[in-house]
Amino acid sequence: MKKRKVVLSFPPSKVEEPIIYQLITDYGLKVNILRATIDPGKQGRMVVELSGHNSQLSHGLNFLEGGGVNVEPLAQKIQHLEERCTSCTACVPICPTEALDVNRESWIVSYDAEKCVACLYCVDVCPYKAVEIYLE
Amino acid sequence: MAKTIQEINEKIRSGSVVVFTAEEIIDVARKKGVKKAAREVDVVTTGTFSPMCSSGAFFNIKQQKEKMKLGGGWATLNDVPIYAGLAAADVYIGATALPGDDPRNNNYPGKFRYGGAHVIEELVSGKKVLLAGVAYGTDCYPKKKREQWIGLEDMNEAILFNPRNCYQNYNVAVNLSDKPIYTYMGMLKPNLGNANYCSAGQLSPLMNDPLYRSIGIGTRVFLCGTQGYVAWNGTQHNPDLPRLENKTPRAGAGTLTLIGNLKEMDPKWLRAVTYTGYGVSLSVAVGVPIPILDEEMMKFVAVTDAELKAPVVDYSSYYPTGEGEAKLGEVTYAELKSGTIEINGKHLPTGCFSSYSKAREVAEYLKDTIENGDFLLTDSVGSLPGPAIEKEGLS
Repeated sequence: MKKRKVVLSFPPSKVEEPIIYQLITDYGLKVNILRATIDPGKQGRMVVELSGHNSQLSHGLNFLEGGGVNVEPLAQKIQHLEERCTSCTACVPICPTEALDVNRESWIVSYDAEKCVACLYCVDVCPYKAVEIYLE
Repeated sequence: MAKTIQEINEKIRSGSVVVFTAEEIIDVARKKGVKKAAREVDVVTTGTFSPMCSSGAFFNIKQQKEKMKLGGGWATLNDVPIYAGLAAADVYIGATALPGDDPRNNNYPGKFRYGGAHVIEELVSGKKVLLAGVAYGTDCYPKKKREQWIGLEDMNEAILFNPRNCYQNYNVAVNLSDKPIYTYMGMLKPNLGNANYCSAGQLSPLMNDPLYRSIGIGTRVFLCGTQGYVAWNGTQHNPDLPRLENKTPRAGAGTLTLIGNLKEMDPKWLRAVTYTGYGVSLSVAVGVPIPILDEEMMKFVAVTDAELKAPVVDYSSYYPTGEGEAKLGEVTYAELKSGTIEINGKHLPTGCFSSYSKAREVAEYLKDTIENGDFLLTDSVGSLPGPAIEKEGLS
């Protein structure tokens, strides 16, 4: 079993198709939806954790990309802008996974992309706008 | 033996001054003892870097050939309204001012992307901002309309003037309600979901001079990258709050009005901030040197986070409306900095809006500047109001 956190961007034409249902039934993947913003008729974005065997994962991802859904690894989706960050720690208690954490000796805040689930709570909470949603 | 400011300044000039930060001094005083440390150490530097809403700047904008009287008229900088109720060319911009078209909290919680603090930060960064002004016109100031991109070079004076900075201590904010709330202490999760505080604690200027013995009117300070001054006590300065045995207040208490030349400031030490659902503010860096005149001063500056206490206040009811319990508890800064505090049997994760690492950087920078002979200490020319009980000698 392998797990992969990915960000799915749906074009408007795909927003009303039951794509997640197909991932589960046709490709045998376990899908944990971490965040979703989908407006009918507009673009949709979804952060999901997919678990399955290697082949299930690769077939599932091929199905998504072949159908026009853009798939990207999650880590790229949040950026911690160190030059803007003042290490005030406002984000630390808000972050549910300790992806944003402070070293209690140096009092410097750091970001661990591995732990981030892109819940985006920090984006609203950071007074210095030092956490940004990464837009390619 | 007691020292004087003049003696300390002589040592600064001769390069023999002994300086520690308010964090370093804790160990020094512990190892040497207060008596010996007071004799050997001349200055202790403090620091803080935190949002301070009551901040803003006076500008005197250079006139064009045809003169204009902004006073009594109307003006904006990058669409942010500025105060034009002074003479022809003097205006004031407040950190929290917002452009007319900002939706505020109509789209709750509001985003507050741009405001007065951003204008100030952009100017200090060397950028130009759009001045738009409308005046009624007089015989001596005929011009009625002005639109011009201006920078700090287009101003005769640009003065940061902050009526309330450096709160001596501050509330720890929590939320007892069942909904998230958006406050100037950040987003507070429902049912005591988190606790936010805002102080540099043992590094904070007024925590190290709790009775305002050395910090007074005229005290020279580090302000946003340059040397500024204490102009007055800050607004809401309230020395008569309950204090601990070490004389530090158990809530807000003292504040400072600070003034300095904006043209000399560094954008690294003056930053616009946004509080979702609340508004815009300005983060200000302040460092104050404390002269170690005697043993009492050494005792004061050696105070540790474990000996400083802050009240825990509910921002869903008590703070906004005065209804409910005034104080849910009292915690030390050491507890706050550990990452969790316990309130009503619940463990709350803590977050801070005052950057401790930046406060440390300010105190270290000020220490270097003093050691290099580039910062001389001042005698204050007037005292800040102190606690009545101390004045009467009853405590």
